[in-house]
Amino acid sequence: MNIKIENLTKKYGVQKAVDDISFEVKTGEILGFLGPNGAGKSTTMKMITHYLNIDEGDVIIDGQSIKVNEMKKHIGYLPEHNPLYEEMPVMDYLKFAAELQGVDKSKVDDRIKEMIVMCGLDVEKHKKISELSKGYRQRVGLAQAMIHDPDILILDEPTTGLDPNQIVEIRELIKTLGSSKTVILSTHILPEVEATCDRIMIINKGKIVADGTAETLRKTAQGSQVLKVKILGPDNDAVLEALNNLSSVQNAEFINTEEGRFEIQSQIDMQSNEDIFRLCAKNNWVLTEMIPFETKLEDIFRNLTVN
Amino acid sequence: MNPTWIIAKRELASFFNSLVAYILLIAFLGFTGFFTWLSGNGDVFFRKQADLKVFFSIANLTLFFFIPAITMRLLAEEKKSGTMELLLTKDVSNRQMVLGKFLSAFLMVAIALLFTIPYYITVSTLGNFDHGATISGYLGLLLLSAAYIGVGLFASSITNNQIVAFLLALLLGVMFQFLFGIIASSSSGWVAELFNTLSLNNHFDSISRGVIDSKDIIYFLSVAFLGIFLSEYVIGKRK
Repeated sequence: MNIKIENLTKKYGVQKAVDDISFEVKTGEILGFLGPNGAGKSTTMKMITHYLNIDEGDVIIDGQSIKVNEMKKHIGYLPEHNPLYEEMPVMDYLKFAAELQGVDKSKVDDRIKEMIVMCGLDVEKHKKISELSKGYRQRVGLAQAMIHDPDILILDEPTTGLDPNQIVEIRELIKTLGSSKTVILSTHILPEVEATCDRIMIINKGKIVADGTAETLRKTAQGSQVLKVKILGPDNDAVLEALNNLSSVQNAEFINTEEGRFEIQSQIDMQSNEDIFRLCAKNNWVLTEMIPFETKLEDIFRNLTVN
Repeated sequence: MNPTWIIAKRELASFFNSLVAYILLIAFLGFTGFFTWLSGNGDVFFRKQADLKVFFSIANLTLFFFIPAITMRLLAEEKKSGTMELLLTKDVSNRQMVLGKFLSAFLMVAIALLFTIPYYITVSTLGNFDHGATISGYLGLLLLSAAYIGVGLFASSITNNQIVAFLLALLLGVMFQFLFGIIASSSSGWVAELFNTLSLNNHFDSISRGVIDSKDIIYFLSVAFLGIFLSEYVIGKRK
């Protein structure tokens, strides 16, 4: 099920927490929602799930507005901080969630069993939620979000408090689910977005500042291809000059004069790898290193959100 | 299943899973039992009349204290722990949630009253017993509870601190229970009339004597519904 966010706005007094955000997420897509603290990630998610009233704009699921109460059934939601009824045993709580979500009576028990296996809760299923560790609480939160097999999953920081093994498991789980569902997840952890999401959206001060795959974000942030090469030739200055004369190279300069290391920036929309190799082969120089330089997601994030 | 009922069921179970339900039941039955049977001055044996008049007036006061203790957590805790977000992002409307909470508290009080049925049975065997008046008295207690729960629910909806909710419910209760009556008796004309109508005790007195008047029933139900309506409004205004 596709979900379409149209001109979503939330005001607190004069301050706009979310400012005219529009985007669309399609079935089978996992969207990573990135942004510094207070950027409006959670507020946006709370509006998508219609916990917070929508000041302006709308959220459309399958042609219907989320303001129609029944549409909430299509969404599975894991809120920030994962609130749970502490005094309830895990099984009772999942049953409560299933009943509230309108899961068919005959299927409730099967769904609970499925969720317990899927989220690895088998050992802890008879404990009270207050007795669980943070990782298991998070799993209970995920289980209740998915209990009615929703088409859309909204997960607000799903991996906080998990240990590295659990993080990998939950990521795998989200990826598997993502193939057939629409997933929007928020996080601070940048490698997580790269590992799980098909598409990244960075928001800052309530506005979308970047939207695309990790690769396209890199490309736009970086402009053109940058290579780091090491060439063993008789005369480093001559090598530099030859490199600068290549048609696909915009600019080449020394990183280290003695060792013959160069940084080469290609012309926009051109790759210079091949030309460099042929140049070396022609002159009988030894090309010992060629490393494509990638802008880190962290740098992109910092550039876009620190002003 | 209706979300209202699912929520009420969970809430009632959580009363009994914590000590709240047991403490309240024991205290309620202890108080009312003591004053009905044992207090000496004014109990059934002292008055030598087979009726539950003492029970009804004591139950009125006891519920006035106990209902805020039941209602204080209903919405305040949901807000504080964030679980309200879980409820309201499911297919549950504000009204269904508020009604579910109301229903759970009402059932809790009804259970407490159910445990006083033995009083009814024993006293009725002691002498010439007016069944009609007693049934009307029980109806009065249920209506009165509904009104108090409405007030308590509203108090719980505007804060996320249970103590504040408790004290506010008590304060509003004092107005309905005592203050309006006092103002009515110390003033005259339409002011007296107005506060007489608002005073909860006047309405309860007549119904506990066995006079079922539609005015009284409408009064209790309006207070209850006003409480529910205002709670729903406050919850709907969330930022």
